[in-house]
Amino acid sequence: MSGHEFVAAFDDASGIDSHDDQTNIGEQTIAEMRQIMARYPEPRSALLPMLHLVQSVDGRISDAGVQICAELLGISTAQVNGVATFYTMYKRRPAGKHHVGVCTTTVCAVMGGDVLLDQMKEKLGIDEGETTPDGMFSLERLECNAACDFAPVMMVNWEFMDSMTPEKANALIDNLQAGREVHSTRGAHITSWAEAERVLAGFPDGLADEGPTAGPASLAGLQIAREKGWTAPVPPSPAAVDGGKPNER
Amino acid sequence: MSVDVLTPTLSDNWDQPDAWKIANYVARGGYEAARKAVGMDPDAIIGLVKDSGLRGRGGAGFPTGVKWSFIPQANPNPKYLVINCDESEPGTCKDVPMLMATPHTLVEGVIISSFAVRAHHAFIYVRGEVLHVIRRLQKAVADAYEAGYLGKGIFGTDYDLDVVVHAGAGAYICGEETALLDSLEGRRGQPRLRPPFPAVAGLYASPTVVNNAESIASVPAIVAKGAAWYKTMGTEKSAGSTLYSVSGHVKRPGQYEAPLGTTYRTLLDLAGGIRAGHQLKFFTPGGSSTPILTPDQLDVKLDYEGVAAAGSILGTKALQTFDETVSVVRTTLRWTEFYKHESCGKCTPCREGSWWLVQTLRNIEQGKGQEGDVEKMLDLCDNVSMKSFCTLADGFVANITSSIKYFREEFEAGYHTPAWELFPYEKSVYFPYERERITVSEGAGE
Ligand SMILES: Cc1cc2nc3c(=O)[nH]c(=O)nc-3n(C[C@H](O)[C@H](O)[C@H](O)COP(=O)(O)O)c2cc1C
Ligand code: SF4
Ligand code: FES
Repeated sequence: MSGHEFVAAFDDASGIDSHDDQTNIGEQTIAEMRQIMARYPEPRSALLPMLHLVQSVDGRISDAGVQICAELLGISTAQVNGVATFYTMYKRRPAGKHHVGVCTTTVCAVMGGDVLLDQMKEKLGIDEGETTPDGMFSLERLECNAACDFAPVMMVNWEFMDSMTPEKANALIDNLQAGREVHSTRGAHITSWAEAERVLAGFPDGLADEGPTAGPASLAGLQIAREKGWTAPVPPSPAAVDGGKPNER
Repeated sequence: MSVDVLTPTLSDNWDQPDAWKIANYVARGGYEAARKAVGMDPDAIIGLVKDSGLRGRGGAGFPTGVKWSFIPQANPNPKYLVINCDESEPGTCKDVPMLMATPHTLVEGVIISSFAVRAHHAFIYVRGEVLHVIRRLQKAVADAYEAGYLGKGIFGTDYDLDVVVHAGAGAYICGEETALLDSLEGRRGQPRLRPPFPAVAGLYASPTVVNNAESIASVPAIVAKGAAWYKTMGTEKSAGSTLYSVSGHVKRPGQYEAPLGTTYRTLLDLAGGIRAGHQLKFFTPGGSSTPILTPDQLDVKLDYEGVAAAGSILGTKALQTFDETVSVVRTTLRWTEFYKHESCGKCTPCREGSWWLVQTLRNIEQGKGQEGDVEKMLDLCDNVSMKSFCTLADGFVANITSSIKYFREEFEAGYHTPAWELFPYEKSVYFPYERERITVSEGAGE
C-alpha cells in the first residue's frame, strides 16, 4: 500500500461520526509509523509503538490515529481498538501535559501511597482518571511500578519520583505548575507526557545520559559489600575457565 | 571454599559513575565474554550454561541452558530470543534498577544467548512505565550497533544479530511469556494455550526462547568465569548469585545481591532490621503471587527448594516486609484488587473469581463481612486454583489462602469490626528515605 492511497482513505475517514475527531497526524507521523513497522519481521508487531506515537502527537488515542494504524497494518479498526483498550497506558481522553501517577499497590499503599493519592486529588482538584481544566495535569492510581524499595513511589510522565513524602509531592506539583525545571530522582529532567510517549514509540530524546547510575535503595546492598570487602568469589585460576581469559578483579 | 555474604556480580558496577555508558562498560572488561562466545561452538555455550546451574529468574526457576536446548534447530523457521523485562509482579523491583545501571550487561547477555540458540533477531520487551530504563536500553543497543557488537557480521564474524527494544503499554499479564508474545505481535496480551510451547511455536509461530532479564544478564559472567565458578555461589540445586529485593517496613530497603540460599534473617539484618520500635509480622518471599511467610520462617533458605519446603515459592525474590501495624485484610484486599484489575479476562474462574473475592474482602475490610465469608472465600479459591488458564489466578489464590492460614482471626474480625479500627492505617505509614529532596534547579524555566 502506498502512502498516497492511504491519505485518500484518511480523508474519507474524517467524515465518520465521532465526538472528537481532531488530529495532528500528518505525513511526517505516517512516515514515522512506517519506520516503526520496518523494525519488525512482521509489521503488526509495530502496533503498540505506533499507538504510543499516536498519543505523542494527538495527546490521546484519537479516532484518526486508530484509522491510520488500521490502514497501515491492513487490519480492522475494531482490532486496533481492541488492542488500544486492553492496555492501561493508552488514554481515550487527553492526558495532561504532565501525567502524575501515584502507586497504590500494597507496599506503597501501606507506606503512604494512599495518603499521597488523596493529597494529590485535593491539590490538583481532580479525581483519578481526570485532567485539570487547564490541561496541565492528569492523575492516575498506578499499580506496582517496580520500585517498591523506594516506596512510596510517584511517577511523572513515567519518570521515577522515588521515596515520596507529602511535602515532596506538593513541591513537585508546585514546581511543575510554575514551569521550573524538575528532575526525576532516577532519570532525566521532566519533559512532558507527550514527549515521553514519543520515546516509548522508539524515537529517543537524547536524555539517556541524564540522571544517576542508580538510586540509593538500589545501592543498599552494594554499599555494605564495599564496606565489608565482600565480593563474588574470584575464579580459581585462568585454566579453570575452559579456554577463556577470566576478568581481572 | 567460603563465600562472602553478599556477592555483587550483576550489581558490581552499579556504584560506578556513568556505568551505563558503553565506554565504561568496556573499560571493565565488558563485551569480552561476547567476543569469546561468538568464537565458540553454540552447543558448547548451551552446555556451559547448563553446567552452571543457572535457573530462570523470572519466577519459575526453569534451568536456562535446558530451555535453550529445547529449541529445535532442525526447524526451518527463524529462531527468536525474547527478553522479558515486563517486571510488574508486586514487590519485584530488580530488573529495572539493573537495566538502568548496566544495560550493556543485558545486551552482552543477549548476544551470547542469541548466538547459542542461533537467533538472528532478539527483542527486549520492557514495560512501558519505566521511561528512563527504556532510554538507557535504546542507547545501549544503538551504541552496541555502532561498536560492531550488533548488526551485520558482529565482532568480525559472519554472525548477524538485530536487537529491538520494544516498550509495552501497561498490562501485568504481558509478563506471562505467551501473553508477552501475543503483545509483541501487536495483539491484546492474553496467554496462549500450551502446547505448543514457545520453544517450538513462539513468536510468529517460530521457535522462541523467552527469558527474564536477570537470567540473561547472568550469562556474560558465566561465560567469562566459567560454570564451576558460578556454582561456587548458591546451593547444590540453586546455583549462583541473585538480586534479592527488600521492601516495606525495613530501615534500608533496597537490592541485596547474594548467593541463592541466603536466609531472610541474614538479609533483614543487612537491611537494618524492621523500623525502630516495631516487629516483623509477615513477608512475601517472591512477590505477591507467592504464599506469605511469618517470622517463624526467617531461617528458611531462600532458594528454590528451601522456599518450596516452607510451603511457598522463591518466585522473583521480592521480600515485601510488613510490621505489626499492618492489617492482613488490607494487604490481601489490595493485592486481590491488583489481580482483578490485571486479569486478562480470558477465562471465567480468574475473571469472575477475582471480582467476587474483591467484593468479599471489601466487606470484610469495612467490618461488614458475613459469618461464613472466610469459608466462602476458601471455597471460591478452590474453584479458581489450578482451574484457570494461566498462573496469574494461582498467584492471587496463594496470597489469599496463605493469609487466611496464618491470620484467620483478622478476617473473621471483619464480620463486625473495620480493619482500620483494629489496625489504624496511619500507623503503617513510613518514609524510610525521608531526608532526600527532589532536585529542583531554581530559576530554570521561566
Ligand atoms: C502473571 C505472570 C506474570 C509474569 N511476569 C513476569 C515478568 O514480569 N518478568 C519475567 O521475567 N517473568 C514473568 N513471568 C514468568 C514468565 O512467564 C516466564 O516464566 C519467564 O519470563 C521465563 O524466563 P526465565 O526462565 O528466565 O525465568 C510471569 C508469569 C506470570 C504467570
Ligand atoms: S488466569 Fe486470568 S490472566 Fe490468566 S488467562 Fe485466565 S483470565 Fe487471563
Ligand atoms: S508497590 Fe509501589 S512500586 Fe511496587
